[in-house]
Order: sequence, then C-alpha cells, then structure tokens
Amino acid sequence: MSTIALLFAGAGNSVPELTDIRSMASVPFGCRYRLIDFTLSNLVNAGISHVAILTQHNYQSLMDHLGSGKEWDLARRNGGLDILPPFFTVMGPQAGVNLFTSSLEGLLNARNYLESSSEDTVILSDCDTVNNLDVGALLRQHEETGADLTIAVYRMMVEAGNRNVEVVRSDGTGRVSDVYSGNDITSGRKDVSMRLFAVSKRVLLNLLTDVSVHRYTDIVHDLLARGAKKYDFRIYRHNGYHRMINSLAEYFDRSMELLDDNVREQLFRVPGRPVLTKVHNSVPADYKEGSLVRNSLIADGCVIEGNVENSILFRGVHVGKNTSVENCILMQDTTVENHVYMNCVITDKSVRIREGRVLSGHQTKPFYIGKNGDV
Amino acid sequence: MSKKKETVAMLLAGGQGSRLYLLTERIAKPAVSFGGKYRIIDFPLSNCVNSGIDAVGVLTQYQPLLLNEYIGNGVPWDLDRTYGGVMTLPPYQAKTKSDWYKGTANAIYQNMHFINRFDPEYVVILSGDHIYRMEYSKMIQYHKKQNAACTIAVFDVPLKEASRFGIMSTDKSGRVTKFEEKPKKPKSTKASMGVYVFSKDKLFKYLIADEADPSSENDFGKNVIPAMLKAGERMFAYGFEGYWKDVGTIQSLWEANMDLLGDAPKLKLLDPDWKIYSRNTAQPPQYIGENASVRNSIVTEGCKICGTVVNSVLSAGVEVEEGAVVRDSVLFEHVTVKKGARVYYSVIDERTTVGPRVTVGEPDGGKKGITLIGADLNIPGRVKVPSGCRLDDDALLGLTHPEGGADA
Repeated sequence: MSTIALLFAGAGNSVPELTDIRSMASVPFGCRYRLIDFTLSNLVNAGISHVAILTQHNYQSLMDHLGSGKEWDLARRNGGLDILPPFFTVMGPQAGVNLFTSSLEGLLNARNYLESSSEDTVILSDCDTVNNLDVGALLRQHEETGADLTIAVYRMMVEAGNRNVEVVRSDGTGRVSDVYSGNDITSGRKDVSMRLFAVSKRVLLNLLTDVSVHRYTDIVHDLLARGAKKYDFRIYRHNGYHRMINSLAEYFDRSMELLDDNVREQLFRVPGRPVLTKVHNSVPADYKEGSLVRNSLIADGCVIEGNVENSILFRGVHVGKNTSVENCILMQDTTVENHVYMNCVITDKSVRIREGRVLSGHQTKPFYIGKNGDV
Repeated sequence: MSKKKETVAMLLAGGQGSRLYLLTERIAKPAVSFGGKYRIIDFPLSNCVNSGIDAVGVLTQYQPLLLNEYIGNGVPWDLDRTYGGVMTLPPYQAKTKSDWYKGTANAIYQNMHFINRFDPEYVVILSGDHIYRMEYSKMIQYHKKQNAACTIAVFDVPLKEASRFGIMSTDKSGRVTKFEEKPKKPKSTKASMGVYVFSKDKLFKYLIADEADPSSENDFGKNVIPAMLKAGERMFAYGFEGYWKDVGTIQSLWEANMDLLGDAPKLKLLDPDWKIYSRNTAQPPQYIGENASVRNSIVTEGCKICGTVVNSVLSAGVEVEEGAVVRDSVLFEHVTVKKGARVYYSVIDERTTVGPRVTVGEPDGGKKGITLIGADLNIPGRVKVPSGCRLDDDALLGLTHPEGGADA
C-alpha cells in the first residue's frame, strides 16, 4: 500500500479576524507553528512522502511557510510537496467567474492529478485541526481490515444541532453506517469526524464519478454519507488530544490549553512523532534582570524586561519594563513598550503597543488587534 | 555563471581542542555548543556568508562525524550552492601517498586542488575556535590596498596575556616586522587572531616550499609566516576592534557565554545586519512554569523551566524542575536538573541528568573555577560535586558514595 495525501488548505474561515489576511491553514498557533504543521507532521511521521495541497484564498502566507517542503522532509525528487493552485468553478451561474466553492469541487478538479499518481491509497484531510494523530496506525488498520475508507474520529460530548461538527455513526465492529451534521445531531457523547480519512483510490474515483454525474457539492453528505451505504467505511478512533477552532474565542481557549503540561505532552512529546515546522534563525529568548515570567510559552527571539503571565509569546516579541502582559497571545514581532498593562488581548503580527497603554478583553471575548496595528 | 571566485575561505576545523577536556572527547572543538543554539563554527561560517564569501572548505580530521552532519549541505548558512558553497575536506588517500593533516599548513597544502577549482585571487584562512563577528571583506580590501602577500588580523590584548598568543610587531605603516609565537617577553600587544588573508600565488609558493622542508612542522604560525617574513614578503597586520574571544579553555568558553547576558551584553546575538546562522530543529516552545524564576538568562526552544535560573545560558530541551536552582552556568542540549538540585558556576554537556538535591559547584564560584560535567551522565541524588572538578564516567563512580554529600 502506498499513500498520497491531499489537503484542503482553503477549507474553513471560521475565524474571520485571523483569516482576513491568510488561510486557516496558515493561522499562527502555539508560539511557532501554523495550523497546517500539525496535519502535515502527522502525515510525514506516518512515512507519507507525497503530499498535495489544494489552495483557495489568501494562500501566499501558506506558500511562504511551506517553501520547498524541506522542513517536513518533503523536498523530494519523487513525490514530495505539490501545491495545487486554485481554479474557477464550473458549477452554477458563477462558472468561470468565481473560484471553486467546496472541498468536493476542489477534489473533482484534482481528479486527473490523483489518477496520474502512482499511489493506490489517498488520504484526504483538512489542515486546520490541532492534534497528534497517529496516521500510521490509521493506515495499518485500514490495510488490515481491508476497508474501502477509514475515517479518523474523536469521541466527545456534542450539543444538539452543533453546526461545527460531523457525527460518524458506526456499529460495534467499527463499520460506518452514517455521517451527518447540523439539525440531525442529538446531544450526547458521539464520534465526531476529525476531517481526515484514508480511502482506496479506486473507490474514491468511483465516488467522484457519482459526484460529477449528480453535481453533488458536499463532501460529508454526498461523498461520505452516500458512500457509507454502498462501500465498507470504517472508523479509526483517536484517543489523544484533538481540537478544532471555530471562533476567535475558541482560538484563544485552544491556545491557552497549551499551558497545560498534559496537553503539551500529548501534542508535542509523543515519541517518534514530533511536530515539524519552518525553522527560523532566531536568537535564544532573552530574560532580562527584572523580568518575571510565569506559566507562559515563549518562542525564541523574544526579549522580556517586564512581567508575563499565562501568555503565549511568538517569535521576536518584546515586552518592555514595568509592563504586565496577562492572558495574552502576542504574535510574531509584537512590541509592547514600557508601562503597559494588557489582559486577554490577541495581537497579530508586528503590532506595536505604545508606552502607558491599558488594554483588556475578556476570556469569552478576547480583544484582537490586527496585523501592523499601532495602539 | 562564472566559476571563478575572487576569494575562497579555508576553515581549519580539525583540532582536538584538548583544553576543553570532556567537551571534545567525542566531537571536534568547532562543533562545541555555544550561546544556547549555536556551535562555535557558526561564527566563522556566518562571517563568511555575511562577507560575501560563498566558497568555503572546512578541513576536518579529529572526530568529524558530528561536524560533518552539522554542516551537511550548508543550507542553514545559505551555503548550498550549485557552484561553491561549503564542503568538508577530510584527509584522503592519493595515488602516491596518503597522510593525515600533519599541521595547519599541510592541511591547506593537501587541498590546493580544491582552492584551484575556483581560480581565486585570495585565500582566507580561518580557525574554528573563536567567537567573533568580523567583516572579512573589509580585511580583504585592506589586503588589496597594501598590495600585501599576507595580511594577518590582530587584536589588542593586555600585555600580561600577550605571551599566550602569536604576537606581531609592526612599523608605522602597519607592515609586520616581527612575529613571535607565544613569546616569553612580548614586545607588542597585537595578537594574531588566526585569521589570514593570502594572495593565492604567494600562499601556494610558500606552502610548496614548506612541504619540501623535512624539518618543518607544517604550521602557519611556526613555519609559514616566519618563512615569508624572512623572505621579505609584504605582510601587514589588520587591526580588529570588536568582540573577539578565544574559547579554547573551559574558563574562556564559560566567560564567552556569560558575555551574552545583561542589559548591554558584550556580545549581542540579536543583530539584524550581521546574523549568526545555525542549524536548528523544530522543538516545542519553551515553557516557563507557575513558580519559576528566570532572570538575566537566555533560554531556547524545547526548555521547560519550573525552578530558578539566574545568569545562565540554556540550550534546547533543558529541563529545570521545581525547587532546582541554576546560577551562573551553561547547560547544553537536553540537560535535566532534577528537583531541589543546585548548579553553580558550571558547564554541563549534552543529555546529562543532575539528580535530585545534588549540588554542583559553589554559589560564589569557589576558588577552583568552573565545574565541568561530561555528556550522558546520570548523577545520582544528593551527591556533591566540588567546584573546579571535571566529572566524567570514572569520576562519577567515586562520587556515588559521598562522605561529604550535600545531605549526608
């Protein structure tokens, strides 16, 4: 069995503040990562060396981050990293005018690309989830059971009508009977889709033929739910940490969860499965005399002269003297001058907070300052 | 694209660095860690790139594995070039003879064909055991202006330390009149930094002559430079001002690390115009715990600090557990300091674990100087490692039954 992965980098714009200037896949997360790093590392750690990324909007920052793919060992002569540029939709009145609108349509357009690849198994995945999924184990199970499709699921409490998840229903043997979302969801502990599945290329191409004949548009209802009635679809249950990000408040909350030892162990310290990312040439973080840092994650290149508590500091952040930064997420190259007080603030890249400012948001509604902002 | 390079740099990285003791037991001196996320060789390599020199030969001999791996294809320094770039040059077997590098001059002699590939005008000879930022391009300009055969970078040292260095005497124009290797009574304070610019033809001429002399030790400082002086070649001293430190001893390596700390550090790593590049891996961000205290220190990725860290330099993946104290120390990659342990005035090599309630060194530094602890050791709980000692596997055995242990 050989595997190619196709990632949907256009998917998800649930945090408009952060995705105004970038795709969800390249949203900065956890001091030094971009969201795509988690999925990409999971694939590479499973030995997959051929990855295609389907782009849609605002993908310049993503391409800049990925480069040749060298950091993930994907700069290969055979396989490696392919970036598929966006294309116009062929459906509806917007045909030839607007970009494609759904992952499924993107997949249809990648059909030729997939057909010409030598691999017999395809992994399809979004790349805005935060987890350290054992894709290798998923693939082994996929091969052992001989399933047509194996989807990664995560068991969690869901509320009725939750619009952010898709529930995967399966029987006692792990065989999928249905995949559904929205109003069909009743409350309770359910297996929700982690938006990653392995599928045999033959079955995928058959499904895609149905899709184009019927002009289907939805990957969950039209491909997964319909396919489960016809083919042998199975679940792979992930037991570690897994999060999706559906709002700025959730972005804030998921970031702060990284301050928990347990979460970091499950995400970053799994033996043999490191989270890889683009490595920059930053100097070590510099803690000056008079600084006080508590319960925080700090990236290299930071210079800290003041107080930092319960916060996440990205590369090159400067915290001035007699300044207090509490419960904040400060992205790359944020400068906080002297005598500033900040609480529950998210600053995007290269923000400057001038001397003496007092800024505060709340956990449920963090105060966000856009890229290059000057307060 | 022209294959000619005006300048080729040759970096002598074969030395053992025996005065660094345990640190260079398994790796060459230029591969020794420095400043949290660098290795010594990053400084001359980055200086080359920042000076526009993109053909660099690294001469390796002693324990080259880690150094070879570290340099790799040169990507971190932007030295992965289609033509030129960085290349490691180990000793090799030739048709008629094979030899280890007998001395610094012989090492270059054996690689004259490498230099010739680029048909350069100038050859810069560097050593891999100094920490400094230097614009070699300015020195080459000076070399050209003086129409010199050889230009030697010099650094003004205190007179009492001058006998540790190669010392130049010059006339008013800067021309070298006398060169003495480690003189007992130094006549000048201009110490050679081990950075030479040669006009290629002159260099080759004297290397060939030196090789033909059976009594020569084939060393630049001892043989080649004196021979050129004697022959009346135009040799000039190029004064360098700025930070320069020979990190050939544990004490000086420790001092150079300490020079990175403070509000106005003697050596500032953060300089957008003169970056020092290094090969890094992607490790998780550093976590500073609820009860931690980190002051006047530099810390890098992958570290987890729950104790107290003051005046120290911590490399990637260091863990300092709750109640542990690290002061005035340099900890290399993946060192773990267990609960309640105390580390003072020490250099600890990679992957060593300092057990719970162990004391290493003395809070005031003691009289015997910096304590050195080797790599991959597991120091059992509660022992006391006296200041100034060098702890390796054998010495560790003697410590497991302490008479004067910290809590015994």
